[in-house]
Amino acid sequence: MAETPQRAEAAGASPSASPAAVRTIYEKSRPGRRAYSLPHTGVPEAALDELFPGVALRGRPARLPEVAEVDLVRHFTELSGRDYGVETGAYPLGSCTMKYNPKVNERVAALPGLRGLHPYEPEGLVQGALELMDTLSLWLAEIAGLARTTLQPAAGAHGELTGLLLVRAYHEDRGSDPHLVLIPDTAHGTNPASVVMAGYRPATLPSDARGGIDLAAVRAFVADHAGDIACLMLTNPNTLGLFETDIVEVAQLVHEAGGLLYYDGANSNAVLGRSRPGDMGFDIVHFNTHKTFSTPHGGGGPGAGPVVVRDILEPYLPVPVLKKTGAHRYTLDYDRPRSIGKMRSFYGNFGVLVRAYAYIRGLGADGLREVSDAAVLNATYVMAGIGDLFEVPYERPVMHEFVLSAEPLRQHGVRALDLAKRLLDYGVHPPTTYFPLIVKEALMVEPTETESKDDLDALVAAVRAVVGEAHTDPELLRTAPHTMPVGRLDEVAAARNPVLRQRFPGDEPAAVRPA
Amino acid sequence: MRFVPHSEQDVREMLAAVGVGSLDDLFQTIPEEVRFRGRLDLPEPAAEADVVSELAALAGRNRPTDELVSFLGGGIYDTYVPAVVDAVTSRSEFLTSYTPYQAERSQGVLQAIFEYQTAICELTGLDVSNASMYDGATALAEAVILAAGHGKRAGGRIVVSGGVHPEYVQVLTTETRGLLPAPLVLADGGGGLTGTAALRAAVDAQTAAVVISQPSFFGGIEDVAVAAQVAHDAGALLIVVADPLALGTLASPGEEGADIAVGEGQSLGNEQNFGGPGFGFFAARKELTRRLPGRIVGETVDGEGRRGFVLTLQTREQHIRRESATSNICSNHALNALAGLVYLSWLGKEGLPALGLQLARSAAYLRERLLGVPGIEPYTRGPVFREFAVTLPVAAGGVVAALAQRGYLAGLDLGRFRPDLDHVLLLAVSERRTRAEIDAFVEEVKAYLG
Amino acid sequence: MPAESYPEDLKYFKEHDWVRVEGGEATFGITWWAQDALGDMVYASLPDVGAAVSSGQPYGELESVKSVAEIYAPVGGEVVAANDALAADPSLVNADPYGGGWLIRVRLSEPSQLDGLMDAAAYREFLATAGS
Repeated sequence: MAETPQRAEAAGASPSASPAAVRTIYEKSRPGRRAYSLPHTGVPEAALDELFPGVALRGRPARLPEVAEVDLVRHFTELSGRDYGVETGAYPLGSCTMKYNPKVNERVAALPGLRGLHPYEPEGLVQGALELMDTLSLWLAEIAGLARTTLQPAAGAHGELTGLLLVRAYHEDRGSDPHLVLIPDTAHGTNPASVVMAGYRPATLPSDARGGIDLAAVRAFVADHAGDIACLMLTNPNTLGLFETDIVEVAQLVHEAGGLLYYDGANSNAVLGRSRPGDMGFDIVHFNTHKTFSTPHGGGGPGAGPVVVRDILEPYLPVPVLKKTGAHRYTLDYDRPRSIGKMRSFYGNFGVLVRAYAYIRGLGADGLREVSDAAVLNATYVMAGIGDLFEVPYERPVMHEFVLSAEPLRQHGVRALDLAKRLLDYGVHPPTTYFPLIVKEALMVEPTETESKDDLDALVAAVRAVVGEAHTDPELLRTAPHTMPVGRLDEVAAARNPVLRQRFPGDEPAAVRPA
Repeated sequence: MRFVPHSEQDVREMLAAVGVGSLDDLFQTIPEEVRFRGRLDLPEPAAEADVVSELAALAGRNRPTDELVSFLGGGIYDTYVPAVVDAVTSRSEFLTSYTPYQAERSQGVLQAIFEYQTAICELTGLDVSNASMYDGATALAEAVILAAGHGKRAGGRIVVSGGVHPEYVQVLTTETRGLLPAPLVLADGGGGLTGTAALRAAVDAQTAAVVISQPSFFGGIEDVAVAAQVAHDAGALLIVVADPLALGTLASPGEEGADIAVGEGQSLGNEQNFGGPGFGFFAARKELTRRLPGRIVGETVDGEGRRGFVLTLQTREQHIRRESATSNICSNHALNALAGLVYLSWLGKEGLPALGLQLARSAAYLRERLLGVPGIEPYTRGPVFREFAVTLPVAAGGVVAALAQRGYLAGLDLGRFRPDLDHVLLLAVSERRTRAEIDAFVEEVKAYLG
Repeated sequence: MPAESYPEDLKYFKEHDWVRVEGGEATFGITWWAQDALGDMVYASLPDVGAAVSSGQPYGELESVKSVAEIYAPVGGEVVAANDALAADPSLVNADPYGGGWLIRVRLSEPSQLDGLMDAAAYREFLATAGS
């Protein structure tokens, strides 16, 4: 049984964190305090005006903090105390795959021979780095069931844009000019946004009563728009956590119509070693290393979004392309006339990719398969523990994540948002809310494979307790959270009168009102 | 290595609880025809110690810049990263947390981003900053999309100075191909600077934005105020790609009339990491706030009047606007931006201009000594900040290769970008290069050429 | 917030806009249902005076914290005024959707288009059956 967290002793009681007022590092600054030191160079000490004759120099200095090192460290330590990470507790955010980030990743990423490399060093001095990238590329291709990899995209959305630009290059090379990219109504928001950035128009297809993309709708659409279909983008399993069982037929339909298939790899954690997108019929795949391959989320980034493609798309990959020239010899090839160009500067988020390499190397084929086994088992287990409390939109076996509707709580005046906020008081990070859009009051739960049975039981108990409270004391949920450093924040005021940076004394009035 | 906590007992109990016979049963939903029956062709699982030693072996086949005397720049720099940065960014609450969508439980991350946004506004002299982007190149692409994406300037031409980093121009061209006409890239105006006359000639009423780099890719100091005037006279925006370490010394983009400032933040507290991850910063005048790409944190209060921070203006973003989002960007480089904030706090108000002065002095000294070598001519004209190009009497590639054998990373052979520049070497100086190192290096170059 | 209401003297459009006709001009706004669905308004993006709006086409956007909605012109015309008060106080759209929360006023280009609009009773029925 979960313990009921202390309700606020009285309305307006202080929360559990320090009662001291929140201060920014600028407010803790004092003139003349400093932390920095600069090495002694012995170089002649020319004056500014000698160095920069006739050059416009900085007028008003940047008002950076003035703190000693101890102040700096205490400040950020205090900030971290008002946060929650995977190492604080369970983080069942659907679609994010918040699995445990192995510490060995940090150790290897910090090796000077990896993190101290400049991208423009002569190739002979970075052969270890190039080999690492080549080996990782091969492993990702094997996992995807496809042929060639680019490690350049910096994130999943970036991988999507890369993939769509590859689609564009493919069609242009063949002299065809399709305009549409098909996406399901369950698609993540980055999908249609990426489509537009690539110069295509998204065409949204409905999901059927089983929660999968509607095959009849696909067939009809493809027939009506023959020749105008550039690509179909899908996640599999989809954002409802359900396997798209019609995928082979969907792939055939799209291919026959001249289109390509793009796999959004966000949900790869469900099918490692069990089903490969290349075998499903996809031509382009992106992986999110920060989801499937354990690289840490960092509070929002950095991640990496490597893209794997069928051989037919290889000529279009971004430059440079890694080429093996001999045993343990590699070069970066820029002579690629049909390449789409470059997606980011240099070669990709190498520092992130090192961590993905360590993870895949340590787990191997059996370990990766076990990841999916446990991810699906854990989600199924949690679903069995809480499914009865909610509306289940689709009566089908779930995979690594599942979606429930909190609509039944509306009768108590409680919404998914309120449930999420109250779960915070139980020391649990809430699931994703209000996504996918096709389920009302959606809660998307993805425990991941690194939660133990005890932690899953605690999560289930917390959810059950909160739903119980919804029946007996709904106000407790509507005014939650009660034990966090702050209560519910006024997002309306934040959007109406945006204050997006520190106001220093003498600055213009509080609201930085955009025109 | 294994991170799944379950014992066999756990698995048995859980399977029983869900009423399923075996793990295979959980995957019945996958149709036969797409079930993977084999075993992925990957190496056997390895123990942690073996993973570490394998990676150490790979690392051992690389030469990090610290093992050599480096003059490599070109967008990534070996600025010293103080120990406090790692100490802060390795805290698990920063390292392993997700995007702060549950604001009440993520006040630390949100406040840090707010402080980061402030620091970027201070550096650039502009009003509003986002929570960071992938790198300087993609930040530039996003700035261009903002400028040419809406209103009167929709679909307009982008004029790019020849002094912008060639990789940035390439990324800009690739990423905007689906949305905008190809940018007009001006020829190098000579001496590694933008030619004002060429700029005036290229900018017209159809121009949506002008892009200039400060300093230029070749290290020269541009006349940003003139570029601002040319852009604004034509109704276009001015986008400045700025070196953040220069912003304590040179006039800021805001002071010079820029509408948007972007750039690479790697040299602020982030290791070189073979080119990534660093972070892209993006700042703009307040009139452009509602069109900013990426995440933004704002200050607000809770029901008790307690100060707090939230992600705000989210209606710009893909998770709400979907196809009409200002950009498809979902993540920011939060941890790298945090490193940048810690670094800037360590450097502080005094330290940034002090560092800038040190870099400028060292660059000036290196340049003076090199130009004293017979046969070496200046390429970059005028004062430089921390980087500059020289023309050699021989192929730059040869110098680089030879000096690598002698323990130096001599700089960047610009022939890799333009065949006509294969005798031009771009050198950068970090605050760590000593007079003795510079002198010894110059002697080596002289010896090679002699 | 005001109670749900749909004034009898207004005409209504299927995208949840109302029209108040005054001679050759008309004022547009969004209905009680629309402001309730959107939530607390934070920003209104409206066209400039002189811009043309077309029947059934979007002419601007309304933003709440968590959503954006395009606003559709029920009938076509030329913008003669936009509600500047919303810049300082977008909450007027929620508090007074038919009064202080008006959006734009246009000079009608095709008055016959008004015939295609619903009256209050028809709009109430539309809400009951079509829902969102």
